[in-house]
Amino acid sequence: MSLRSFYEDMLFIRLAEETIARRYAEQEMRCPVHLSVGQEAVAVGACRALRRTDKLFSTHRCHAHYLAKGGDLKAMMAEIYGKAAGCCGGRGGSMHLFDPAAGMELSVPIVGSSIPLAVGAALAARQRGRDDVAVPIVGDAAVEEGVFHESLNFARHHRLPVVVVCENNLFSIYTPLADRQPGRPLADLARAHDVPAVHGDGNDVMAVHDATAEAVDRARRGDGPTFLVFDTYRWREHCGPNYDNHLGYRTEEEFEAWRRRCPVAAARRALIADGALTEDEDGALTETLAARIDAAFAFAVEAPLPTPETAETHVYA
Amino acid sequence: MRDQPASRVASFAEAVREALTIAMERDPAVFLMGEGIADPASFFGTTKGLGERFGADRAVEIPVAENGMMGVAIGAALMGQRPVLSFHRIEFVLLAIEQLFNNAAKCHYVSNGRHHVPLVVRLIIGRGWGQGPEHSQSLESVFGHVPGLKVVMPTLPHDAKGMLLAAIEDDNPVVFIEHRWLHSTQGRLPDGHYTVPLSESVVRRPGRDITLVGTAQAHLECMRAAEVLDRIGVSAEVIDLRVVRPLDAGPIAESVRETGHLVTVDTGWRTYGVGAEVCARVTEAAWGALKSAPVRLGLPDHPTPSSRGMVPGFYPDAAGVVVAAARCLSLGDDKVAAAQGRLREMIGDQPIDTPDAFFKGPF
Repeated sequence: MSLRSFYEDMLFIRLAEETIARRYAEQEMRCPVHLSVGQEAVAVGACRALRRTDKLFSTHRCHAHYLAKGGDLKAMMAEIYGKAAGCCGGRGGSMHLFDPAAGMELSVPIVGSSIPLAVGAALAARQRGRDDVAVPIVGDAAVEEGVFHESLNFARHHRLPVVVVCENNLFSIYTPLADRQPGRPLADLARAHDVPAVHGDGNDVMAVHDATAEAVDRARRGDGPTFLVFDTYRWREHCGPNYDNHLGYRTEEEFEAWRRRCPVAAARRALIADGALTEDEDGALTETLAARIDAAFAFAVEAPLPTPETAETHVYA
Repeated sequence: MRDQPASRVASFAEAVREALTIAMERDPAVFLMGEGIADPASFFGTTKGLGERFGADRAVEIPVAENGMMGVAIGAALMGQRPVLSFHRIEFVLLAIEQLFNNAAKCHYVSNGRHHVPLVVRLIIGRGWGQGPEHSQSLESVFGHVPGLKVVMPTLPHDAKGMLLAAIEDDNPVVFIEHRWLHSTQGRLPDGHYTVPLSESVVRRPGRDITLVGTAQAHLECMRAAEVLDRIGVSAEVIDLRVVRPLDAGPIAESVRETGHLVTVDTGWRTYGVGAEVCARVTEAAWGALKSAPVRLGLPDHPTPSSRGMVPGFYPDAAGVVVAAARCLSLGDDKVAAAQGRLREMIGDQPIDTPDAFFKGPF
């Protein structure tokens, strides 16, 4: 596990999502997109602490999680383009990305809804004698949902192998945390359920990785769940390809302060300072990743749409 | 004579318990979840002894957290387990509708057929003893509205066992609705493992003059109505619907093509009820054969009051079915009076808020 490989993953996700943002206006990606630009360190740091067989459950903002867990980019882009070759065959769109081969089990857009699913997967792992760990990655609003508490209570009671990762990007759409919750630390909510909690810098990929790895070890040992809160920031609008600071729900200063703390640029600076990456290598890496991304977009654009008669299949097994 | 499988007379509740036992014996992936799953009452006796026999890992006590626990059951099912999650009253599952409708019902579809949710949700409906507006609803049509769910409502102990085994073995989420008043009814119960398809209605009593459709307790009212209609020369065909979704309206339309008349009886509200869908399907399929407008019986448009003073007339019963049939068939008042008189003899002085002897069977 090295910063270099984490950087590659973050850069790949950044470039892929920036390509979505750039090409969204073509009106060929005809589903909502919730971009994680600025939040890549949580996705990569957390997922790199997992085995491929560990089970990840994500939300509407799932692109970065899907890619960080090893999900196939072509299947993701085809899904966002509404194509039959999409991971959901065009049935889910961008909010339902999954790739079971990579342990990316499911993404669901109802806030908090993935948490008990992950706890159930952990229960099943226990019952089936497997040592898989289940990880729901959620946003800060998920802790406001009843299922967050219901799930932590049950997971702690049974010491299930669950690591709940909270990507605290400080906003639920336009509503800041301070307008929704009292000022107590999010981590205290888990402690009230006797679940250990860690609060860390969500823009520091190594910090995210190390905290997650420790929690995953504890879960795999049979010592029960952990709650991890990582503060980060969504650069672009809640849903869509644009910036929306002009709406006035957050200040330009706040945005710029977070942008200066870009997790991808920070990792690049550290690698270059350590001599682990040169400007030339970085340029070559960017080109290689961009070529992969372009190929995935080309695949998705050219892939056929699903046909209307297939809409009624797979209602029942 | 053909050999019949060994059987005995047993209650609906015993049938449920036997199905759970057999399913757990046959497949280690089957496990139970419920609030009080192994407590002294053990879900009206339907899970009695299963906690001791299979252990706490397979009879999982759950906190009072319905949506969370529904999600846990779905998550386990996604991983290949076969959870059976039980709720003492259907009202509690309203807290878990998010997980059931969004995740259980759609995972298979959204995943393009790759995910499966082999989940059974047992829900108890019922009536009586003043349980009132939030302990006695029959919400089957709410669940019947959602593609991806199967919704069954068996009437007889035989079907309760066979359909519960089929539900547990099915790779889809199945909502298994039990009418509380049926738990003590008796019927023939074959020994051992067998399944009853989760897709078929069944003609329980053949007839020529009118088709009566209901399920669970409403089916038994239809059977009783058919018995007294027979006394006044009306031959009623009685269909036990058994399955709310996917709805098997074909045999009902076939029956109506013969009889020309249809009465449906809901255990829940008449408006947007199961009967409304049955009537619509039959009207579409057999319009030309209808000799009278189909009649829907069901609960009136108000919540269930607790007091027995307000209950008379609330639940559709055999007497109501007779009146509806008489309207369809233009029967004279004398005939209706004779049928009603016979019904009163059958029922006697039974209080309105407890099941009467007829409902004990054996059926």
